[in-house]
Amino acid sequence: MVRKYLFSSDHKVVGLQYALASLLFLLVGFGLILIIRWQLAYPGIPLPLVGGWFGEANAPGGIVLPEFYNQLSGMHGTIMVFLAVVPLAVGAFGNYLVPLQIGAPDMAFPRLNRASFQLYLLGGIIMLVSFAAPGGAAGSGWTSYPPLAVLATEGQTLWLAGMFFVIVSAMLGSVNMITTIVQLRAPGLTWFRLPFFVWSQLVTAFLLLLAFPPLQAAAVLQGMDRLAGTGFFMPTGLVVGGEVLARSGGGSPLLWQHLFWFLAHPEVYVLILPPLGIVAEVLANNARKPLWGYRLMVYAILVLGFLSLIVWAHHMYLTGMSAVLSGFFQATTLIISIPSVIVLSSLVLSLHGGSIRFTTPMLFALAFLPMFGIGGLTGLPLGLASTDIPLHDTNYVVGHFHYVVAPGTMFALFAGIYHWYPRVTGRLLDDWLGRVHFAGSLVCMNVIFWPMLVQGLAGVNRRLYDGGLQYALAQDVLGLNVPMWLGAVGLGLFQLPFIVNVFGSPWFGRVAGRNPWDATTLEWSAAPATVEGAAFQGPQVFRPAYEYSVPGAPHDFLPQDAPGEAR
Amino acid sequence: MSEVAAPAHAVGHGHDALHHHAAQQHHFESLDQQHEASTLGMWFFLVQEVMFFGGLFTAYMVYRIWYPEAWAEGSRELDILLGGINTVVLIGSSLTMALAVRSAQVGSNKGAFRWTMLTMILGLTFLVIKFFEYEHKFELNHVPGANFVFEGPHANQVEIFLSLYFAMTGLHALHMIIGFGILAWVAWLAHNERFSREWSTPVEMTGLYWHFVDIVWIFLFPLLYLVDRAGQLG
Repeated sequence: MVRKYLFSSDHKVVGLQYALASLLFLLVGFGLILIIRWQLAYPGIPLPLVGGWFGEANAPGGIVLPEFYNQLSGMHGTIMVFLAVVPLAVGAFGNYLVPLQIGAPDMAFPRLNRASFQLYLLGGIIMLVSFAAPGGAAGSGWTSYPPLAVLATEGQTLWLAGMFFVIVSAMLGSVNMITTIVQLRAPGLTWFRLPFFVWSQLVTAFLLLLAFPPLQAAAVLQGMDRLAGTGFFMPTGLVVGGEVLARSGGGSPLLWQHLFWFLAHPEVYVLILPPLGIVAEVLANNARKPLWGYRLMVYAILVLGFLSLIVWAHHMYLTGMSAVLSGFFQATTLIISIPSVIVLSSLVLSLHGGSIRFTTPMLFALAFLPMFGIGGLTGLPLGLASTDIPLHDTNYVVGHFHYVVAPGTMFALFAGIYHWYPRVTGRLLDDWLGRVHFAGSLVCMNVIFWPMLVQGLAGVNRRLYDGGLQYALAQDVLGLNVPMWLGAVGLGLFQLPFIVNVFGSPWFGRVAGRNPWDATTLEWSAAPATVEGAAFQGPQVFRPAYEYSVPGAPHDFLPQDAPGEAR
Repeated sequence: MSEVAAPAHAVGHGHDALHHHAAQQHHFESLDQQHEASTLGMWFFLVQEVMFFGGLFTAYMVYRIWYPEAWAEGSRELDILLGGINTVVLIGSSLTMALAVRSAQVGSNKGAFRWTMLTMILGLTFLVIKFFEYEHKFELNHVPGANFVFEGPHANQVEIFLSLYFAMTGLHALHMIIGFGILAWVAWLAHNERFSREWSTPVEMTGLYWHFVDIVWIFLFPLLYLVDRAGQLG
């Protein structure tokens, strides 16, 4: 039992381990935000209910201290990006579905897969434990900019250690994913017969492979700055607390920013590509139509993957870079919106003329389209230096980013969970609870994130610990903090039906057949139960991934492995 | 690492399986496919390594452009003789590694064992020489940090050079130590006569890794030791 579920190297078990762990981290990351939003809405007023949980050092009398606030916001970002969303999108969905969708018995390197999960878990535990370190967790933001991060308390060292393991895990996972997709496709499954989801995982794996290692190197250097007293990122003559710091000089804090964003921009595409893949699967299935412009979409994400590696400095327009450099990064940033728009437009066009089934996963997928659209379009002003300068480091940036990852990425991941849950458990998630979860989350997320855009345009800085109480520009939009807090609470409450649904449905859910959605892709053809050690009989693929409503066909869908005339 | 090659336990319980080679894992169609997958995975792992050292070389490039004088000064502090010997030792170890791969491929476990052992000895030689180089730096207080002492007009920037020297050669040495451990495992496999004409994947993968670590040194040596030696060569 323990051997089977804790130390298995089966891709399905590893995928589920990733899913459970990342959903747990998602909950932790969300819990931090409740404290943050309370503090912003009611600065200086003791936290209700949980005020006594955080100790005198962090929240005396339940009132959040500024240092603790910094830890909360930095760790919220770290946990959500590196421990929750990416592991859910890549580790859970990728591991579970890619081998099934390509008709492979497992990942190419099963034990490497298990090691990758264990390293991720270790990194995550180190991150959580760092809250108990002297001085608390890392409080220099999820970007860990030096010199602040180099001079910070012990929590920052643990942050670096945690990141180290998370990066090694991602690297092993991506090597595994690429090799699996290249080597283990079923006979007949040519490149352009692959489900779009598999393509999105392939591009994602390449991004992780190429972008993460430089951050690994940078983390080693920052660790040396902290522990060995080197000065890679420490400038000369730094004044701390009125005194010049006695430390080797001549280092550059900007070098860290370059190395960090060289990862962290592609990371944004890691956050969005697998969700695009999920949405493509769900849309085609529920619109009962082939994806519009499937090949175009594939080419678009290949271009997008390449371009995402050369846009990183648009996070750094305020660092005084030369006009030439800034011009280059503005150009690439605006060019990268083209493939993104191609993919999104193709998804919208895929709906045209379909007979749409409004299943719960489809609702999430449909809501993804406009929400991700808002997230993308609000990014355009940030891509141009002249409009970025007034908006930089305001709540506008926070609003833009969260539109991409919360009602964007997270909605796609929810769609995926509702869509593939019957594949995992053999039972469907409850529709009514799903709709409550969907409608409530959609409303609450907009209540939280839309005011951020408004506050940001008014000029409110994103790092204000009192929510802008003492900030002249913030006075007109200060009141918005209260609905945002209520929205956050509501969002939390509307996840309860989801949690009940996911953990109750293995027992109470409606029993699903082998292929409840009448889908075409291979994961619905293989037998739902795993028989360990049994000889693997691979499927033979005859046709592209989305043969829905083919004229003259006996059913409105033709599974990829159904024998017959190839098209 | 071990995943790249066939697992030891699969070799253990696989003897009664008549249909395929003992080293073949069940999710591959054939030993050839398994070998191809391992090779591909190893190359992607090396791509990742290139990007990792690429981050360090980026830091090197930035600071060298900013502080050319300090780079010349710092570089003269490094022992070109020891560095040169180490370069020869390491290139020699790549030769013995290649011969180990060749031996395994033609099915000579004895040859694979001997050449692997020789590779390990050369690797150890490199690390011992590196240790003495490091020790010398400690004696002179040329180690970056609180006790750093350096006479010269660009002492502060030389500290950055030496920081990079320790970071880059240190991470390179760490790769060698890991490689040493893998070689020991390969030697053990060869000692137990596991390799054959059909299956020698672990030796080949180890070879790829070892050659990569060598190549990193081929870059490190001129970039760290030879910055300002043109005048000395006349």
